Amino acid sequence: MPSRDEIFEKVRTALVDALGVDDDEVTSSATMVGDLGAESIDFLDIVFRLEKAFGIKIPRGELFPEDVLSSSEFVTNGKVNAAGLAALKARMPFYDLTNFEKNPSVQNFPNMLTVEDMVRYVQSKVGG
Amino acid sequence: MRWFWIDRFDEFVRGSHAVAVKNVSLAEEHLHDHFPGAALMPNSLIVEGMAQTAGLLVADAIDYNRRVVLAKVAAAEFHFDAVPGDTLRFRAEILDLKPGGSLTKVSSRVDERLQGEAELFFAHLEPGEGVPKLFEPEELLKWLDQMHIYDIGRDESGQPLQRPDW
Repeated sequence: MPSRDEIFEKVRTALVDALGVDDDEVTSSATMVGDLGAESIDFLDIVFRLEKAFGIKIPRGELFPEDVLSSSEFVTNGKVNAAGLAALKARMPFYDLTNFEKNPSVQNFPNMLTVEDMVRYVQSKVGG
Repeated sequence: MRWFWIDRFDEFVRGSHAVAVKNVSLAEEHLHDHFPGAALMPNSLIVEGMAQTAGLLVADAIDYNRRVVLAKVAAAEFHFDAVPGDTLRFRAEILDLKPGGSLTKVSSRVDERLQGEAELFFAHLEPGEGVPKLFEPEELLKWLDQMHIYDIGRDESGQPLQRPDW
């Protein structure tokens, strides 16, 4: 089982390649969108690279829950409602949603994802 | 004027790889000013040729059911300039393909010399995802005919590609 540091290094390489950022910009606390400049299409690129680097399969919607964020059941007036937050937590226990819950605007979701969230996601897949 | 940056396909294997050629000619107007007395093919347009090679390969692999658009040039490197008289050979390979997007790798060669390499990422968009219809079916088919895809194309098992009845 790979260690957390090994996972971090491979995630870092994937993000450096996908986003064209420097190694030292990819810190645990860096946010994917705000700090590293990821755009929506980059998330699919990142999915490809993580799958290859770790030999895992990442089903659509698992890393980035676009179905929840665009569902009228889970979104009320542009904000993820209580049912939506419950759905996100159940689906994505690897994400720290503490900050997002303070202002669960759909637009904020990509902004709150950090490199550490990516690492925890991969850990949940490889059991590291 | 249409935006054609490949002349024909020499090899086309569904879902796998394809080779297209682009003849660089001083008859092309864009070379007259780029640069006077020292014409060279802009690498940005070579990327477009690479993208057309890989993009048609990807679009065929998903049965032309979605709009395949170049979403990102993930990496690109060029080793020398292509000039009038050169024949560029673009070899595109699908590295990964999902319903929503694909990652491809494309090389550009002049004879045996590696002129450039790029990793191109395509988004496969459905109607309503913000991209207007790219082609009328009959126009697309004319382009595919011009590219000789159904003359030389093969499917995964080596059988000739069937020309669609659009």
